[in-house]
Amino acid sequence: MPRTVRDVVFVDGVRTPFGKAGPKGIYHETRADDMIVKAIRELLRRNPALDPAKIDEVAVAATTQIGDQGLTIGRTAGILAGLPQSVPGYSVDRMCAGALTAVTTTAGSIAFGAYDAVIAGGVEHMGRHPMGEGVDPNPRFVSEKLVDESALFMGMTAENLHDRYPSITKQRADEYAVRSQEKAAKAYANGKIQQDLVPISVRNTNSDVGETGWGLATQDEPMRPGTTLENLSGLKTPFRTHGRVTAGNAAGLNDGATASIIASEDFARENGLPVKMRLVSYSFAGVEPEVMGYGPIPATEKALAQAGLSISDIGLFEINEAFAVQVLAFLEHYGIADDDTRVNQYGGAIAFGHPLASSGVRLMTQLARQFEEQPEVRYGLTTMCVGFGMGATVIWENPHHKDAGGDK
Amino acid sequence: MSTTTTELLKGAAELFPDEVVTQAHVRHLDLPAGAGRFALITLDNGFDHTKPTTFGPGSLANLNAAIDQVEKEAAEGTIVGVGITGKPFIFAVGADLKGVEILKRHEDALAIGKGGHDVFKRLSGLAVPTFAYYNGAAMGGGVEVGLHCSYRTVSQALPAFSLPEVFLGLVPGWGGCALLPNLIGADRAVSVIIENSLNQNKQLKGKQVFELGIADALFEGADFLEQSLVWTASVLNGTVKVERPEIDRGEGWDAAVARGRAIADSKVHGAAPAAYRALEIVAAAKDGDVQKGFDAEDKALADLIMGGELRSGIYAFNLVQKRGKRPAGAPDKNLARPVTKVGVVGAGLMASQLALLFLRRLEVPVVLTDIDQERVDKGVSYVHGEIDKLLLKGRVNQDKANRLKALVTGVLDKAEGFSDADFIIEAVFEEIGVKQQVFAEVEAVAPAHAILATNTSSLSVSEMASKLKHPERVVGFHFFNPVAILPLLEIVRGEQTDDTSLATAFGVAKKLKKTAVLVKDAPAFVVNRILTRFMGEIQNVIDEGTPVAVAEKAVEPLGLPMSPLVLLELVGPAIGLHVSETLNRSFPDRFTVSPNLKAVVEAGKRGFYVYDSGKPELDPEVAALLKQGDSVLTEEQVRARVLDAVAQEIGLMLDEGVVAEAQDIDLCLITGAGWPFHLGGITPYLDREGVSERVNGKKFLAQGLASVPA
Repeated sequence: MPRTVRDVVFVDGVRTPFGKAGPKGIYHETRADDMIVKAIRELLRRNPALDPAKIDEVAVAATTQIGDQGLTIGRTAGILAGLPQSVPGYSVDRMCAGALTAVTTTAGSIAFGAYDAVIAGGVEHMGRHPMGEGVDPNPRFVSEKLVDESALFMGMTAENLHDRYPSITKQRADEYAVRSQEKAAKAYANGKIQQDLVPISVRNTNSDVGETGWGLATQDEPMRPGTTLENLSGLKTPFRTHGRVTAGNAAGLNDGATASIIASEDFARENGLPVKMRLVSYSFAGVEPEVMGYGPIPATEKALAQAGLSISDIGLFEINEAFAVQVLAFLEHYGIADDDTRVNQYGGAIAFGHPLASSGVRLMTQLARQFEEQPEVRYGLTTMCVGFGMGATVIWENPHHKDAGGDK
Repeated sequence: MSTTTTELLKGAAELFPDEVVTQAHVRHLDLPAGAGRFALITLDNGFDHTKPTTFGPGSLANLNAAIDQVEKEAAEGTIVGVGITGKPFIFAVGADLKGVEILKRHEDALAIGKGGHDVFKRLSGLAVPTFAYYNGAAMGGGVEVGLHCSYRTVSQALPAFSLPEVFLGLVPGWGGCALLPNLIGADRAVSVIIENSLNQNKQLKGKQVFELGIADALFEGADFLEQSLVWTASVLNGTVKVERPEIDRGEGWDAAVARGRAIADSKVHGAAPAAYRALEIVAAAKDGDVQKGFDAEDKALADLIMGGELRSGIYAFNLVQKRGKRPAGAPDKNLARPVTKVGVVGAGLMASQLALLFLRRLEVPVVLTDIDQERVDKGVSYVHGEIDKLLLKGRVNQDKANRLKALVTGVLDKAEGFSDADFIIEAVFEEIGVKQQVFAEVEAVAPAHAILATNTSSLSVSEMASKLKHPERVVGFHFFNPVAILPLLEIVRGEQTDDTSLATAFGVAKKLKKTAVLVKDAPAFVVNRILTRFMGEIQNVIDEGTPVAVAEKAVEPLGLPMSPLVLLELVGPAIGLHVSETLNRSFPDRFTVSPNLKAVVEAGKRGFYVYDSGKPELDPEVAALLKQGDSVLTEEQVRARVLDAVAQEIGLMLDEGVVAEAQDIDLCLITGAGWPFHLGGITPYLDREGVSERVNGKKFLAQGLASVPA
């Protein structure tokens, strides 16, 4: 049977405000499944043209798939969100690139013709499910030296990346972090972020934490506007004595959920849905697990090659800021300045937070807003590093560009 | 004003040290769409949803303090609005009834009413708009606190919303009577306050709360609070305008009150004051003067709290909700054996109804047997037909219908049907020889552990068991018609019944969702004995010469669900006669057999009345049959005789140990005969009318149990 590969588009994306994980965080008494459910419902409210019965799949990522993130959360979230029972769902795990993988996997299926429209997203409640909960690494990893012992500790892999790029100093990492906070604060001040946030009701029964009763989360909790280099310089380097990685130049431990609508371009246009980004290519790559932050570089190489593009064609970058060093390594590799205005215009995970499996769709939602504002940009990319030594990159075309859809 | 309220509540709280106190948490948040800083009050008693949030004096004081805070913030302009909501699944379910029961003085009762008003009405006096978010179950004072707000939203997932006060014997007295008709019109308010309440405390769902206009917006449960707050922001921003329909303050209002009176008359026949008091306030609220309404509510509440009907109502409510769920005298439930298959001897209408009930509730195989294939087939097809009806009504889906149908079978051969049954119930002809024969046949083929249950209404369970090898496994299992509707199940312990069999019977009753009461093996058990004595005395005064209409009217002030002769018609005069004959054999000095009733039965009449005019009128053919004496009593005299007889019979039953306590008698009458809450069954009424002391020299119940405490 002859097949035609179909164009895939990013229709819309939303997310919950991100919270700080732990007993003092806004989401401490909030279930993870409720967070993704509310994100999905907001997405549907914003896109009434999408008949829920026409959704072909719900792909939800979570790194720790137990408890309220278990039970095949893609399916249970669909039911809890009130989608018709006929809409199936499944769970995805690629640690930090979970939601990104939910998008690319369903996008591949859309291109193949298996689906017309899907919901793809992710959730991670790192307060309810701390990193490493329930893991049981095979002893062969160590006995056969398959990976370095530092591979399971992300902060250590970031220190290792500093070793690989001696020119990336703690000073540069801190300067990058300060800029991320500044850009995020500015984006908030200009209302760039709030428009894609889903308000979440939050309960607190612990008077030690603050006011008790029901409240409403309407903005990201981890942000530290006004952060200065001086603030950061004194922070501890918990992963290595005299190291470079601190809580200030890395993303924190966070709770959050994201959801997006991905569809074939034809379906989106026929149903009057917005087309915010067109998928160009995507790629994943593996690297040594102990320098997992290097992952975005080979992943981007592959994605660019597939698309027949070069790095100079990319006008906007959304790079997940797991660690400042990981962004700086990427920029250094491609010869891009640390403060290049094409990179993370609204700030990044150092300011907003990084609830592991949910972050990929945040990058896309922000890139989509930047495409809207900057029609002169034709291509953008979203990229992130992934635990155990991987990178993930998706290249998007701006449908608002005058040449969009045409040959390069 | 706040100070006096505080003192008022402090005084009330001292009377009620055991209150489960609800906290009123104030938390601030930023509304979506930049609508501003908002204060949200969460009502929460600190327990999960299995212990719903209530309002006692301490709780009201907490809410009062929360309002102090937000009032100040509103006046200072630091907040743009105030909201109020509940803990997960529960908004608030109203006044804490335990706190009402303990009140002894009119002034304390008045303080509770006024305390609630004084706190709640502050919400409507704030300098900013107020919003109630009915997130979960809301009843009574819970509903009312929201009525004092400027706007309301309701969750589509809300399972229960009601003003149950009239059902219990109160009025919605924290603003319900005055505010609700002014919000949604008198007619709809009457539906909520009177009609639903008197219709076994019918609950509204979230969607209905919206459709009635009580709530201004309806949101799905999944993100109810978020959407309520988004909506709040829109209201405050002016992007959403709340429009409520104009209400009819003219004839429509009066007609609604009249409709309410008619409903009350048909349910309580003027016998309980609550509905009428509530309607007076609704009627007076027509001019929109809510403070006048609030004052009238305070007065009505205090009067009713000090009156017998409310105490009886709370007593009855507690009987059904608590004692009905933990039957007095039942053996340890761990002794119960599992029941994985049920046998039914007989395939007549009663047997088929029992088969259907066991099938639906236990979902295990049910086998019917009878003396010929035709009867067996008829029984099975009756059950299949009823399942089809459930399917048509959407009460079961096709898969469930298939499952239930496959579970019911009929066989002629008892050995084939019952060899692996755990519980076998007979519903054959009411004749001791027949029943003994049936049980002997069943015992021969049934497993050694199987319980043999009888649905007899008048025969001795011990006698029925006496000829068996294992009489210890026979239990009386007396249902009330219609078995699907009346909750009561009298579980009869025979002389030799063992604890395991009894525990199994109680276990089955619980799964059948019946209210089980343990009863001694005494003639006609509880309900039929009392009803027969009651009817017998009515029949006696008629036979002696009192006109039928006078005798019937004499007991109207009790507010029973139907008159004695209408009840007789429902039961069937022949069955009524049969039971009176049975009891006459046991207690010839108290239970008579009416010659007139006999004549009516022999003439083949199915009742005393004809309904040609639409109303019951004495059938002329029956009138012609009646041979009456010349002793004509007044209504008062008839009522005294009937109540004396009932009090005497209950006194004797308690002396005989037919049930553990008078409470069990009342529970039986409420759940098996539909006797009203405002009578508390009957013994609270007999106590407060002085009948118990007149007849038995003492009251049935301790002071305070269904009366104002000493």
